[in-house]
Amino acid sequence: MAGPLPRNGPFRFQQDTPLVMGHVASKSMYYGIFAALMVLTWITVAVAYVDLGAANKAVALGIATIKATLVVLFFMHVKESSRLTKVIVASGFFFLAILVALTMTDYASRGFLPMPPGLQ
Amino acid sequence: MLDTLKLPERHYLNNGHGLKSWLLTKDHKRIAILYLISISAFFFLGGLFAVGIRLELTTPQGDFFQPDTYNKMFTLHGVIMVFFFLIPSIPAVLGNFLIPPMIGAKDLAFPRINLLSWYIYVLGGLFALFAILVGGVDTGWTFYTPYSSAASNTNVIPTALGVFIAGFSSILTGLNFIVTIHRMRAPGMTWFKLPLFVWAHYATSLIQVLGTPVVAITIIMVFVERAFGFGIFDPQRGGDPVLFQHLFWFYSHPAVYIMILPAMGVISELISTFSRKKVFGYSFVAFSSLAIAVFGFIVWAHHMFVAGISVYAAMVFSFLSFSVAIPSAVKTFNWTATLYKGSLTFEAPMLYVYGFLGLFLVGGLTGLFLATLGVDVHVHDTYFVVAHFHYIMVGGAIMGYLGGLHFWWPKIVGRMYSEFLSRISAILVFVGFNLTFFPQFVLGYMGMPRRYHMYPDEFQVLNVMSSAGAAVLGLGYLLPVIYFLWSLKHGEVAGPNPWGASGLEWRTASPPPTENFAEVPTDIPEAYEYTPHVVREAKLV
Repeated sequence: MAGPLPRNGPFRFQQDTPLVMGHVASKSMYYGIFAALMVLTWITVAVAYVDLGAANKAVALGIATIKATLVVLFFMHVKESSRLTKVIVASGFFFLAILVALTMTDYASRGFLPMPPGLQ
Repeated sequence: MLDTLKLPERHYLNNGHGLKSWLLTKDHKRIAILYLISISAFFFLGGLFAVGIRLELTTPQGDFFQPDTYNKMFTLHGVIMVFFFLIPSIPAVLGNFLIPPMIGAKDLAFPRINLLSWYIYVLGGLFALFAILVGGVDTGWTFYTPYSSAASNTNVIPTALGVFIAGFSSILTGLNFIVTIHRMRAPGMTWFKLPLFVWAHYATSLIQVLGTPVVAITIIMVFVERAFGFGIFDPQRGGDPVLFQHLFWFYSHPAVYIMILPAMGVISELISTFSRKKVFGYSFVAFSSLAIAVFGFIVWAHHMFVAGISVYAAMVFSFLSFSVAIPSAVKTFNWTATLYKGSLTFEAPMLYVYGFLGLFLVGGLTGLFLATLGVDVHVHDTYFVVAHFHYIMVGGAIMGYLGGLHFWWPKIVGRMYSEFLSRISAILVFVGFNLTFFPQFVLGYMGMPRRYHMYPDEFQVLNVMSSAGAAVLGLGYLLPVIYFLWSLKHGEVAGPNPWGASGLEWRTASPPPTENFAEVPTDIPEAYEYTPHVVREAKLV
C-alpha cells in the first residue's frame, strides 16, 4: 500500500503527519476477545448472586470497565492506532472522569453537616 | 476600480442548477448555504416567540396569554434559539464555508457526513416543529425534572427527541472539523499560521464531540422515566432530580462556549482586518480558546447553587467558575491591545466588533457576580440572570455571527450589500439590544423573577423599556434580510478581496470555485500579515 500520497485527492494527508495504515488483525484475535467478553459477562451474572456488601458495585463496574477496555483496544483498533487517536480516546475518558468526579463532590459532601464553625 | 470587477465565470453557485443539485451537494459551501437558510428560519421563529413574551410583559396583568401559553412561549423561544439557532449558527454556516479555504483545502475531510449532518439537523427541527404544532411544551428550555418527567402533560418527548437528534448533527460537524484541521491543511500551513477563527472552531469542536453525547444520554434517561416509569430522577422511585441538573449542565454550560467561542474567532479575524494589525498575542488568544473549552467543563454546578447541592461542592464550583474569566479576559485584553495604534475603520462588520467588545464585557463580568455564592442566592432565577445570558448569547454570539456574516458575505455571494443600511442595522442592533436587556439587570436586582407572565406595577416602566428595545432590535435583525437579498442581484461586484484582508480565503475568487483553489496554495503567509495605513478603496474607508 506504500506509494506517493494522493496530493490532490479529496482527502489529502498532511505531509508532516505519518500516514498510519490499517493494522491487519487476525481472526483468532477477534474470537479470543469475543470469548473473553463472554466469560466476563458470565462472571458478571454469577457475581450478582453473591452478596459482597459494599464491594457489589465496585466489582460490577470493574468487570464492565475491563470489558469496555477490551472493546476499545481491540475491536475499535485503538491499540494499533496512531498516538493522536490514542490521545483523542483518552481525552474522552478524561472528560468522563471530570463528570463523575465533580458530580461526586456534591453527592459525597451533602451529608457533611453541621458545617464547621469557620464556614458558617 | 470596483466597477470594472466581474464575477468569475465558474463558481460554486452556478456549478449545477435545480433543487437536486443543492439537496445532494457535497460541497461544504453549498451545505453552509443550506444551513444558513434553515437556521435563519428557526431564528425568526424563535424571535416570534420572543415577540409574544415581550408583548405580554408590557403590562403587569396577564392580557394576551394564559399562564400555560406563556410557559410554552418562553420554553419554545429558548429551545429553538439555543438548540436550533445558536449552537449551529457560526460553526455550521461560517465554519463550514470558511474552514477549508482558510487552511487551503478543497473541502472538509468528510463531505458526505457534512451533508448528513444537515439532514439530521432538519430531522431534529421537524420533531421540534411537530411538537409546536400539536400544542407545544412548557418545561423551560432546560427540561428540568420533574417538570419534564412527572409534572408536564405537554409534548416533552417530541421536543426532547428533536434536541437529541439535532445533537448528532452537532457532533458530526465537530468531528468533521477536528479531522479536517488535523489532516487537510495545505503544505506549509502550520498550526501557528492558522487563523484564530480556525483555532476557535477547533476548541468548539472538542466541546461538541465530548459534551453533546452526555446531554443525549440525559434526554434518553428522561424519555425512559417519562415513558416507561424508570426511577432515575424521581425520588419516589429512588432517583434524584438534582442528578438531572448535573448531567444537563455538564453539556449545557459548555454549550454556551459552543456559541461564544466561534464568535470570538470571528472577532479576532475582523479586529485584525479593520485595524490593519496582527492580533496582539496570537498564541495566547489561540490557547485561550482551548483553555475556555477545558475550563468550561468544570464549572457547571454554578447553575445549581440553590438547587440543594452540597455547600462544599457549591464553594468548589464557585471558585472554578471564576477560572473561566481568565482566558476570556486574555482574549478581551488582547483584542483591545490589537486596536491600540491600529488604523481603525468603521465598516459594518467592525461596528459589530465594537458592539461585541462592550456587550461581552458586561455579559462576562455579570457572570462573575453570578458565580459568587451570596449574590447568586439573591438574583437566582430573576431577570438579572436572563439579562446576563442574553448579553453573552445575543450580545456576544449573535453580534459575532452578524459581524462575520457581513464580513464574509462578499466572499459567499460575490457582491456587496448597502454599506449605509448595514451600518444603520448594526447601530439599531446595538441600541435595541441595550434598551431591551439593560433594564432587565435592574428588574432582576429589584427581584422580578423570570418565567412569570404577571408582575407588580412598579416594574412596568422598565418592562415597557425592554419591550420597546425588543422592537428596535427586531428591526435591526430584519434589515439585513432585506439588503442581503437585494445584494444577490443588485449589489456591486465585490472582487476577491474587498476588505484588503490577509487570510487564504481572500486569495480565491468571490464566490469561490467549487474546489476553492485552482491549485493547492503553497506560499502560506504568517497569520494576519498587515501593514498599517494601507491606502484603501475610496468607497470603503
